[in-house]
Amino acid sequence: MTIPEIEPMELSIPVATPQSQLLIEAGRTEKQYWRDLWRYRELFFFLAWRDLLVRYKQTVVGVTWSIIRPLLTMLILTVVFGKLSKMPSGGLPYPLLVLCGMLPWNFFSTAISDSGNSLVANSSLISKIYFPRLIIGVSSVITSFVDFLISALLLAGLMFWYRFVPPISALLLPFFTLLAFIASLGVGLWIAALMVKYRDFRFIVPFIAQFGLYLSPVGFQSGVVPERFRLLYSLNPMVGIIDGFRWSLLGGQNRLYLPALTISIIEIAAVLISGLLYFRRTERTFADVI
Amino acid sequence: MSEIAIIVENLGKRYALGQHKGGVDGMRHVLEGVIRSPGTWFRSRREAKLRQADFWALRNVSLGINQGEVVGIIGRNGAGKTTLLKLLSRITIPTEGRFRIKGRTSSLLEVGTGFHQELTGRENIFLNGAILGMAHAEIAKKFDQIVDFSEIEDFLDTPVKRYSSGMYIRLAFAVAAHLDPEVLIVDEVLAVGDAAFQKKCLGKMENLAQSGRTVLFVSHNMDAVRTLCERAILFEEGRIRADGDVESVVEEYFGRFSDGSGPRLRGAYGLAIEKVVLKNNKGQETREFCPGEDLIIEIIFDAQQCLEKPYFTLAVRGKKGNCFTANMMLDGHRPRVLNGKGLISCRFKSIPLLPQRYTVQLAIRASNGKDVLMDYVDIGSFVVKANLVDYGYKGQFQTRVSEATSVVIPYEWRLPDGTTAIVSLNAPASTI
Repeated sequence: MTIPEIEPMELSIPVATPQSQLLIEAGRTEKQYWRDLWRYRELFFFLAWRDLLVRYKQTVVGVTWSIIRPLLTMLILTVVFGKLSKMPSGGLPYPLLVLCGMLPWNFFSTAISDSGNSLVANSSLISKIYFPRLIIGVSSVITSFVDFLISALLLAGLMFWYRFVPPISALLLPFFTLLAFIASLGVGLWIAALMVKYRDFRFIVPFIAQFGLYLSPVGFQSGVVPERFRLLYSLNPMVGIIDGFRWSLLGGQNRLYLPALTISIIEIAAVLISGLLYFRRTERTFADVI
Repeated sequence: MSEIAIIVENLGKRYALGQHKGGVDGMRHVLEGVIRSPGTWFRSRREAKLRQADFWALRNVSLGINQGEVVGIIGRNGAGKTTLLKLLSRITIPTEGRFRIKGRTSSLLEVGTGFHQELTGRENIFLNGAILGMAHAEIAKKFDQIVDFSEIEDFLDTPVKRYSSGMYIRLAFAVAAHLDPEVLIVDEVLAVGDAAFQKKCLGKMENLAQSGRTVLFVSHNMDAVRTLCERAILFEEGRIRADGDVESVVEEYFGRFSDGSGPRLRGAYGLAIEKVVLKNNKGQETREFCPGEDLIIEIIFDAQQCLEKPYFTLAVRGKKGNCFTANMMLDGHRPRVLNGKGLISCRFKSIPLLPQRYTVQLAIRASNGKDVLMDYVDIGSFVVKANLVDYGYKGQFQTRVSEATSVVIPYEWRLPDGTTAIVSLNAPASTI
């Protein structure tokens, strides 16, 4: 069998030709990857759809769980921080303050644990079918985002109950939501890729979620942190995001602490970029290692 | 038609043995190393990389496949077949070399991957389609065809966890088969499912082939390979051993068993088959038999662990499936113990077979009858050569014999006018 020589020129054949060409060479698969990501774009939503569809099967109250869980957490945090510790609320109803902080935090914590587990949970897919693995990680963040939207409805209901009208700064909410999304994605990708090799993260992630709830200004305002520790405290990227949520939705005393926000943005960008790079670097061996 | 669909050049895949297995190389180990002395850790890691026993699952593989060719990939376990498919379907990336595929490729390495137990058949069709790379609109268009092929209409809205395994496989294959790829890569998926379904799948693949699609088909079932493919490639220890027309390559495959030159056929618990020889009445090694001759199958095994009372099963398969078997699970005889090298043989007395090609299969189970030491594997092949007259056949349509069954036993007709006729091997054809 004679193998025709492949001219180097042919490497740059565009995909747009009616008959697509695929060239895989040891060490250079990058260009093909981003094309594939586009080709498989529907899969982002199919996988998220699957996870949502499956989640509440064989439960009695079904999707109501998405409301019950944050509601109960909010009540507990309100009692602990608002009633028992008597934290300042800046004249706002404490439940509103708590729920507003929980919104981004819960999104972040479920997203990192779900997307962290996502590769291992889908190991049978990874070892038998090709598609850009990035889709698995991203789609589980999308799943968590749907939960986020449901909780947002809860917040809207609560605002209505307290007859609270959000200030004009609420228009900036999408920006902070985007920040929360990127932060979740960046950390999620890191953990997902690490988990393939080191299952230790299965135990580490719940820890982060548990501690983070108290280390982040979820049950209280970041204003209660003494001024000299404020910058140090802001190293937690969620501080900037949660403050941003409170500032945009509740206004009033929740002034935006710009240094914290700046630190958050820088950290989030760094985590996303490094996460993507690490994920891409390890992705090629997922099927061999998982 | 002769346009190249797949070109593979010097493809190789290396695995590092023992890497990342279990918790030994866990994170604690790594962290500890880094923290204690980063410099040493880095150096020792590089040394470890060099020291690590490498294993080339595939090496120096070059081949070209034309558009519209149906190629069977054969070889024993661990020969590199699946690695090749995994590389071509891009599940893993090559360590060296490159390949090029022209046209939309879909691969089916396992039936039903990506199915979710909790979802209904309908939901799974869409999900699986998307995972295999179909657009939503495309799946919707082919939905009816898929359902039709899978014969599960009544259970479309039942979660697949309540499906029988047959239904599950039918549905999964149906989705994959309707991808309409230009290049189809199929691993041993037909081993599952009942005979009728297997036939249907083979038919579907034949259709694809006839419409100019390229099919790569990995199988241990030589009959299926013979039926489906014109060309076969035999892999051995990660390299191409033979490549050519299907008959000669399959012969080569079995030849490697009978001269014992190929790598051993490995089973579980350290059991391996070194050599398989077919002999006739006179004790001569042969692959051609006359009807009525004895068929002796000699198996030389090597048991590295002591195995007590295993069950051996030998089956002789013809075109239409099993003709006869020698099954220790039925007859109750079995070796007391296998330890080290040894020989076990079985003589089928005066085989009553029609002139066709037959395959010999072997399976070995542990003493509990459940654990599989070696799953059904083709270990030999022979042809029966004879004139139909020898069987006492003289009918007008005797050329249709190949559509008939494979086994004949002597029989006697008694006609309305009282005449009788005996039809029997080597008996002169009596006239009615």
